[in-house]
Amino acid sequence: MSVGLTHFLTVSAFLFSLGLFAVMQRRNAVGILMGVELMLNASNINFVAFSRYVEHGISGQIMTAFVIVLAAAEAAVALAIVLAMYRNFGTPNADTIDSLKR
Amino acid sequence: MTSDLIFYLLAALTVVPAFWVVLSKNLVHSGFALLMTLLGAAGLYAWLGADFIAVTQLMVYIGGVLVLILFVVMMTRVPKNDRPVRGLDRYVPAGVFALATLGLLYKVITGAGWNAAALPTAEPTTAEIGVNFMTNYIFPFEYVSLVLLAALVGAALLIRERRPEDQTEAGEDSSEEVQP
Repeated sequence: MSVGLTHFLTVSAFLFSLGLFAVMQRRNAVGILMGVELMLNASNINFVAFSRYVEHGISGQIMTAFVIVLAAAEAAVALAIVLAMYRNFGTPNADTIDSLKR
Repeated sequence: MTSDLIFYLLAALTVVPAFWVVLSKNLVHSGFALLMTLLGAAGLYAWLGADFIAVTQLMVYIGGVLVLILFVVMMTRVPKNDRPVRGLDRYVPAGVFALATLGLLYKVITGAGWNAAALPTAEPTTAEIGVNFMTNYIFPFEYVSLVLLAALVGAALLIRERRPEDQTEAGEDSSEEVQP
């Protein structure tokens, strides 16, 4: 069977599930961020695949460009938070930071 | 067909390191496996003819985001007294959710009747993306630049070291320091 839209959707489904698994399971905050980046890349692959196979236009790729830019901004802020967290608590583990619970 | 073979190679380059990203205990290994995944995704964009997006992925995602992630991975380390015993109980709910999501996505992918027509010939996209950014999508384009500014200022503010002159006591006005 020649490569079609469903092949790309399957690839991005795998990436998305793996990203979700990382976000739920990882203790380290940077590991969680890597899972988020996997999910964003999965959605980007979907956008570009739909733009090529279904829409035959350019809007999917423009959406992808915006997603890449916003992911970069979000990663910068998230990493600044992780560094501030490390500076204040001494650990990058997310579940050790439970001051609001106590 | 060779293009199908290239697609399968690129798909393997994208998905296989992703397992390593989520399962590796060493975060530096995860970071480099994420590099492989992002490279595979850039290759998939290029396979689809999205040349501008492929190069943007390389420059911004790999050259920016991944480099930042690796910086922070190397700057932080888990202290010795914060290493709990590795049990399997973290993996079970995460695995159940991930498999459920995969199953749901698989049902949607195979069940929905996609209106996928044959591929048109790939043309260079940069000019068309540029024109669209300046005409149809001008508002999101400008908003995104504002978002970037806010992210820049926010990240710089979050990461600032506290200097002694920042600590003003309650009731004291810091504008006193300005000599007329």
